[in-house]
Amino acid sequence: MKKYTLNILLVIFAIGLLFAAHFRMIDGYIQIVVMTIGINIMMSTSLNLVNGNMGEFTCGHAAFMCIGAYISSILSVLCFGSHFGEPLLPAASVVIVFPIILLIGGVVAAISSLLVSIPSFKTRDDYLAIISIAVNYMIISAIQNMDFIGGSRGFQGMKGTVWAMVDIFDGPWMLFWVINFTVFTIWVIRRFISSTYGKGVNAICQDEVAAEIMSVNTNKIKIINFMLAAGLAGCAGGLYAHIIGYVNPQSFNILKSTEALVMVYLGGMGSLSGAIMSAIIFTGLLEVLRSQAIIDILISPATFVFPDWEPTAGVIKWVMIPLLLIIVMQFRPEGIMGNRELGDVFPWLKKFYRFK
Amino acid sequence: MQTQAKTNESPVMEIRGLTQNFGGLKAVSDFNVQLKKNELSGLIGPNGAGKTTIFNLVSGFYQPSEGEILIGGVPTAGLKPHKVTSLGVGRTFQNIRLWNDMTVLDNIRVAQHSQLNYGFFHSVIRSKLYHQREKEITENASELLNVFDLMKYADDFPKNLPYGTQRKLEIARALSSHPKLLLLDEPAAGLNSADSKDLIRLIRWIHETFDVTIWMIEHHMDVMMELCTQIKVIDFGETIAEGSAEHVRNHPAVMTAYLGDENI
Repeated sequence: MKKYTLNILLVIFAIGLLFAAHFRMIDGYIQIVVMTIGINIMMSTSLNLVNGNMGEFTCGHAAFMCIGAYISSILSVLCFGSHFGEPLLPAASVVIVFPIILLIGGVVAAISSLLVSIPSFKTRDDYLAIISIAVNYMIISAIQNMDFIGGSRGFQGMKGTVWAMVDIFDGPWMLFWVINFTVFTIWVIRRFISSTYGKGVNAICQDEVAAEIMSVNTNKIKIINFMLAAGLAGCAGGLYAHIIGYVNPQSFNILKSTEALVMVYLGGMGSLSGAIMSAIIFTGLLEVLRSQAIIDILISPATFVFPDWEPTAGVIKWVMIPLLLIIVMQFRPEGIMGNRELGDVFPWLKKFYRFK
Repeated sequence: MQTQAKTNESPVMEIRGLTQNFGGLKAVSDFNVQLKKNELSGLIGPNGAGKTTIFNLVSGFYQPSEGEILIGGVPTAGLKPHKVTSLGVGRTFQNIRLWNDMTVLDNIRVAQHSQLNYGFFHSVIRSKLYHQREKEITENASELLNVFDLMKYADDFPKNLPYGTQRKLEIARALSSHPKLLLLDEPAAGLNSADSKDLIRLIRWIHETFDVTIWMIEHHMDVMMELCTQIKVIDFGETIAEGSAEHVRNHPAVMTAYLGDENI
């Protein structure tokens, strides 16, 4: 029993969270923060597959989130909303159909990742980074110019699906789905990356020539790895769209990709637990830096020099986060965890969990 | 009687008229060789003679400009390196290319990637096939490490091992997929004379134990002379001599290639 302590604690924590949300013990704001943490965990762990485990440098991860968000939003409105005409499905089926919609969004995002993975056969490093930024811009511009899904005005109506779920049972549905999909993401990634098949990804990172010679089909592994990462980001995008109830192509621009990058580098390249931890820290930090009072205190020394400067929290956020990244790179370039997992750093922890 | 039968089999590897141009440079020109089963032969030549290029051609890194390579009778034209490896070719590298951030055991396990026979979905749902294949591969890897006396390093990272042990591990990794042909690219590079004595013993032992054809590039003449029955000498991509170690050593063209022309 002892060896499942951590697993049981996590399950109890998740159920406790759902109960607290259901009985209004935690307010909507905290719920949104928890859900954002979940989505950021999905984003950072999936990007970690490519940038950490495979050692490629891509910085257009938000593009796949965007595709997932749009595809699942459109499907959700088609099935349960009235924007495109009569709903295709009865509202009662929403609880079963909703996760399928999210997964379809993920699959389409995974297919679109071929735009990056096929060039990655021949290019690496900086050049692949440029390609991935290009793909990010391509996808955003394409959606911006599609008027039938709102273009640059954005797209809405997915909240209807969430309300349909609330009509069936009045509970914190989105929190429930975010927890489930976050667990699903970590579960899939961990299983893939710890199998001998998935270790081919690490082999590519460490020596691609040796990997190819030692019979690893590097192109296939690259495609699978990119598809998995993009697919999970697509699921995260679908969840994000349904939480906010509104998507706009510009909310998935290079700044969003950078957020995911910062999380990966903060957590440590190739460390799953590092990516999870940094997603939690990073989201918390973003929320803390949103408070004008804290910003005023942080900036007070600067106001002696620039007395007329009155920065707002939203602007200073993007000064503090890059600064954090610089500090991390200067004093701990390998990130919080390096390429090790939590169990490698604290071996006694291994007694308390089994993740299979 | 059995040896007689073996020599009549088709050659493990056959190269016919192999030519490779890099732009205007002819790195290899009209190279021919036949390796019979269980042969241990060598390829020597001065620096830049095209030895490693030939190895890279055999393992599928480059597509030859002309000529063909047959592994066990199968032409390798158009095959990716990992496919050529699955045909039964293992190789090591001039500069050691181990996966340094993976444990020694994982190095051997990942090298059997082509024999996994399960894909992404099996690895995620952890099916029966997955468990069975992982078990077989781990057993195979452990057995190999035991045979090579490397089991005590199983959980270490290769970068922390002594140089000679890394060489040994790289050869073990090349053998993990049970190749028919083993290409050794300068296995004695960077070894002192005591280590290269060990290496000679190791290669001879591998040759006897693993039932494998070995083709090696080497600069250390003593290693070559002691191990190889057949030696080919190339210079500027051209074959200048071939035959037994003794024959090659005293061949005038070889002496010129290595030591220069005495008339200059």
